[in-house]
Amino acid sequence: MATDTAAPAPETAGDAAHLQLADRVELLRAMLMMRGIEERAMSLYRQGKVPGSFYDGYGQEAVSAGAAFAMAPEDRLCILHRDLAAHVIRGVSPTRILSQYMGRAGGVTRGRDGNVHFGDRELGCVGMVSMLPDMMLVATGMAMAFKLRGERRCALTWFGDGSTSRGDFHEAMNWAGVQKLPVLFVLENNQYAYSTPVNKQFAVDPVQRATAYGFAGVTVDGNDAEAMFEATRAARERAVDGGGPTLIEAVTMRMHGHAAHDDMKYVPRAQVEEWRARDPIERQEKRLVGAGVDVEAVRASVSAEIQAASVEALAGPMPSPDDVLEGVFCTGESVPLGDGRAPWSGFAGEGDA
Amino acid sequence: MTTMTYLQAISSALRDELRADERVLVMGEDVGVFGGAFKVTDGFVEEFGGDRVMDTPLAESAIIGCAVGAAVVGMRPVCEMQFADFISCGFDQLVNVAGRMHYRQGLAVPIVVRLPSGGGFSGGPFHSQNPEALFMHSPGLKVVAPSTAADAKGLLHAAIHDPNPVCFMEHKHLYRRVKGDVPEGVFETPFTARVARPGSDLVVIAYGAMVDVALEATSDLEGASIEVLDLRSLVPLDEDAVLDSVARCSKVVIVDEANMTCAAGAQVAALIAEKAFEDLDGPVVRVATPDVPIPFSPPLEQAVLPGVDRVKEACRELLNY
Repeated sequence: MATDTAAPAPETAGDAAHLQLADRVELLRAMLMMRGIEERAMSLYRQGKVPGSFYDGYGQEAVSAGAAFAMAPEDRLCILHRDLAAHVIRGVSPTRILSQYMGRAGGVTRGRDGNVHFGDRELGCVGMVSMLPDMMLVATGMAMAFKLRGERRCALTWFGDGSTSRGDFHEAMNWAGVQKLPVLFVLENNQYAYSTPVNKQFAVDPVQRATAYGFAGVTVDGNDAEAMFEATRAARERAVDGGGPTLIEAVTMRMHGHAAHDDMKYVPRAQVEEWRARDPIERQEKRLVGAGVDVEAVRASVSAEIQAASVEALAGPMPSPDDVLEGVFCTGESVPLGDGRAPWSGFAGEGDA
Repeated sequence: MTTMTYLQAISSALRDELRADERVLVMGEDVGVFGGAFKVTDGFVEEFGGDRVMDTPLAESAIIGCAVGAAVVGMRPVCEMQFADFISCGFDQLVNVAGRMHYRQGLAVPIVVRLPSGGGFSGGPFHSQNPEALFMHSPGLKVVAPSTAADAKGLLHAAIHDPNPVCFMEHKHLYRRVKGDVPEGVFETPFTARVARPGSDLVVIAYGAMVDVALEATSDLEGASIEVLDLRSLVPLDEDAVLDSVARCSKVVIVDEANMTCAAGAQVAALIAEKAFEDLDGPVVRVATPDVPIPFSPPLEQAVLPGVDRVKEACRELLNY
């Protein structure tokens, strides 16, 4: 298997051969939505309206936007905590996301779980748990079912550099490799697991491990939404054609602390500044301005949507403790995950899209 | 009715389900070509193929985690832990992913985890455990533990039909020792307790392999009328059946093969203390394995596992209270 371990080239333009202009705007929109919702949520957190802690993916928006954009309605996603753009692309409304952060009844988990621990089952998404990377195995199991039933679909999950140290990473990679499953593993290498830098996490670039498990690994500039899309699109095509899994290492940088309380003084300022120059949103905007898109109008429409969502979410009720004991068990029929939104133009005309 | 062993009853339930429902899938270590460490799935791979009777890598976390993934996209996986003890390696996926899923996200996880459990044959510390209380303490998991062949089949059918994760505690010592009449075809045994023998002077509450121990220990206890209540299901726990028996008998001995502290029987004792205090005519007595790992050598193992003599002695003492 070819494993491309080349360092990411920050100035590489993404391969836009499969993207129409509207797709490229949609990628920008999803990233702006992620950043805008998270900024709003952070200010709600500081006002005491978001309980617990708050985690964001500032500077990493391209990783989830690009990868999720390549996924078909019938594909299934297990989404990590710095991947809000994936929820946006699948069709979760900003109101439900902000309600989720605030523990309101209108949140995706109706207050049962906090912050980014959510997945809309009706949109084909499973929310993460805090034990990382547990979802790699869940995604592998989904892919196993797809293969068993002879279905042309795939599963995708994100996980971080720290996750590569745990056993579930290896169990999932091994299982997926042995059974040649249609699963995509997106390793979000943002240089730090909480305060631990990658040089204390692994001795070899983890993308090389794909070869050891018998499938393809590719390194992508994780701050380039179009490059992320293209790598995921190609991996998906291979997966649904029976070519097995792909490990996609998205090289990026966590620009904020692990959570709201973390001032990340353990990160050298120069490293942050270096990555600030590679901001994924600015990069996409620059491209679109070059293509004649009114980027300011896109920004304005996203801001207005978030403002309206914020008002609506704040007006929503808190959940009632009356039913806090309900739902531990399913008492009806088990309903499998539903299909999600898949806005990429490449899916139009495929029936489900 | 067909007479079969406990093990044959489990095989029969699995085979019936694989035939009836294409969503059902059996997965585990050596369950395919070899037919399982205890031969529960012997011959399955020939009938259903290696995709549906899947030999997995040696990876318990992956077995549970992949089962969860398959379940949420419409399959009905039945996982085999080669020994119940090995669930420690898959515990995170079971407890944090499978067990919490429906409450958090409204997403059902219809999986069954078969757990060959229990001691009595020199399995030693890592092939003799009874981890059921760990699951009882984790919201979102159902836990059943049959003691008869008919219940082994009926509870397994019900577990596979259930939309929730179910831990199916199958006692290895019963596999070939217990035989009984089993109804034909697919039938469900409810997750409720069963009066194994009615009585009025004292009730012994047990489940799994301890039901037979209780029946034998109390078959002739100086003419006393001893009830034996087989819990069958630990989650949900049939509180009404427990309280009914206590109201009838007023004296209670609770037997666990598991380690004493916080065992299923401890929960039953707490239930009785809270809700049946007025019905009691003596202290609630517990017989369980002391809090030690299960030792390997036969005289050591026999010294810790609850046996007929210990149960008999406990009943005698309580009858004389």
